Amino acid sequence: MKIKSTGEKAWDMFFVVLCLIVSAICIIPMLNLLAKSLSGTDFLVRNEVYLLPKGLNFNAYSTVLKDPKYIRAFVWTVSLTVICTVLSLSMTTLCAFPLIFEKLRGRKAINIFITITMFFNAGTIPNYLLMQKLNLLSNPLVLILPGVLSVYNMIIMRSFFYGIPDSLRESAEIDGATFFEILYKIYVPLSKPVMATLALFYAVGRWNGYSDALMYMREEKYYPLQLLLYNIINNINSVEVATQEGFSAPGLSESLKAAIVMFSTIPILCIYPFLQKYFISGVTLGAVKE
Amino acid sequence: MSKPVKAQSNQKFGVYMKKYWQLYAMLALPLLYLLIFKYIPMVYVQIAFKKYSLMGSIWTQPLAKNHGFEYFIKAFQNNDFRYALKNTLTLNLLDLIFGFPAPIIFALILNELCFTRYKKVVQTIAYMPHFLSWVIIYSLALQLLAPNAGLVNMVIQNLGGEAIPFLNDEAHWVGSYIGFGIWQNFGWGSIVYLAAIAGINPELYEAASVDGAGRFRKIWHITLPGIKPTIVVLLIMSLGNILGGGFDRPFAFQNNLVMRVADVIATFVYRVGIKGLQFSLTTAVGLFQSVVGVFFLLMANWISRKLGERGIW
Repeated sequence: MKIKSTGEKAWDMFFVVLCLIVSAICIIPMLNLLAKSLSGTDFLVRNEVYLLPKGLNFNAYSTVLKDPKYIRAFVWTVSLTVICTVLSLSMTTLCAFPLIFEKLRGRKAINIFITITMFFNAGTIPNYLLMQKLNLLSNPLVLILPGVLSVYNMIIMRSFFYGIPDSLRESAEIDGATFFEILYKIYVPLSKPVMATLALFYAVGRWNGYSDALMYMREEKYYPLQLLLYNIINNINSVEVATQEGFSAPGLSESLKAAIVMFSTIPILCIYPFLQKYFISGVTLGAVKE
Repeated sequence: MSKPVKAQSNQKFGVYMKKYWQLYAMLALPLLYLLIFKYIPMVYVQIAFKKYSLMGSIWTQPLAKNHGFEYFIKAFQNNDFRYALKNTLTLNLLDLIFGFPAPIIFALILNELCFTRYKKVVQTIAYMPHFLSWVIIYSLALQLLAPNAGLVNMVIQNLGGEAIPFLNDEAHWVGSYIGFGIWQNFGWGSIVYLAAIAGINPELYEAASVDGAGRFRKIWHITLPGIKPTIVVLLIMSLGNILGGGFDRPFAFQNNLVMRVADVIATFVYRVGIKGLQFSLTTAVGLFQSVVGVFFLLMANWISRKLGERGIW
């Protein structure tokens, strides 16, 4: 064990404190929101709530839970996220796997075909016109299909596949395994880390996205949670029960908004810490290769 | 002689396909997806040069005036677009100046922490903002920065200061926007740099210690040069994206009081194109943005190669 000088120790402490401050800056906005969602109306109106709830109660949460519109949006967004994640992961795997075979004829052309889409984007209006032509406007599929494959994520998966020794698939090929078998029996089981990472990326993308719904979706019953949230925050239309139970009362509306935001955040916040070691390697793979 | 050769290669192709058709079958859906959702919109780009109406096919519509460049000229005569262009460049430049160094500095700080478990906890907390949507971040900003009920202004007023209109005044809005951008990205952005730091040969540090180098000399002479290639690659990508930028963040943060500094190209296209139905004008704007974006990216890559760094491709 190396003995450190006093000056060294002081610097160590300095960095510890610095990180404490940085962490506090990350957490304080969430704490403030949580406190507001749990506080009594009177304290909110008098601007007395800082980081801890005052007049602790769960009225805001029970109001939100009783709101049929909110519950519908929540269930719809959860299903949407699950469907999108499963479909996107399958598409990404199906695209990445064949491209690691050097013997694949036309591989270079296919790679160029794929790479061009990363650099040139036709733009918002051409995409909108396409949805119109495909009759997807206001169709729930419009929230699934346009983002079903991310080329960036595909490259991450391909980099991971490259890291799996060629000898494994070559010996399987000699044993007469088909490519589908090689994919499902060798590559998929070995790729759990990258699958977990990309599942998280796709799920977060769908859960947090709202611009596609804003542009393509006119049917309010298919609004994902984030768009509903956007409308609530900007008072475009308020939650049904909230209008009945006094959205006009300033204190309640504050805690209601806070409760809704908390509800919409918690699912992701519960998942990401457990996937940390996976997504770190995923981000690194994407940055190092290509 | 050529005929049998051809027959032979056809036969070979048959043998090849008999084995490899499965790989093409796997690629079919992804490539079909790219064809429909990425390439067909490129065909629609031509309405930037045409008088577009909702009726009829895009192929038969007449060319716009000025050899088809009518809408590009109109865009640059449009005050709202000029503001949007200026704001896109300004906000991206400010993001670059303040937001780009933040993850590097954070990674360097984390690297100086000697308690592994504490470091892990700090990392987990710092990654959190990246997982929040911009709508949620804006609502956090509202709760935090509102003129009277916001936490920050409550503290300022308690200390005897005057409330600051963080989100309703143009200059303050820009500050808040950039600030929350840094808040969202500094932790996540540091992952790449931490990986690069982990790849530096530890013997370099030991040798430096033997030579009597202190903590900051080691950062300056070993860590920073070690992550320089990573910094350059990410800088190129940011420079290439100087005219780009997403829709979600500015749209979530906008309000009517600050539109003069908050409207960017992406939100201009949404407002004037999808809401206002001026399809040709906004397609022209989008095309301008894409083409200039590709140009910037190529330029940045070329410059970095001239300076002796590896490019991004």
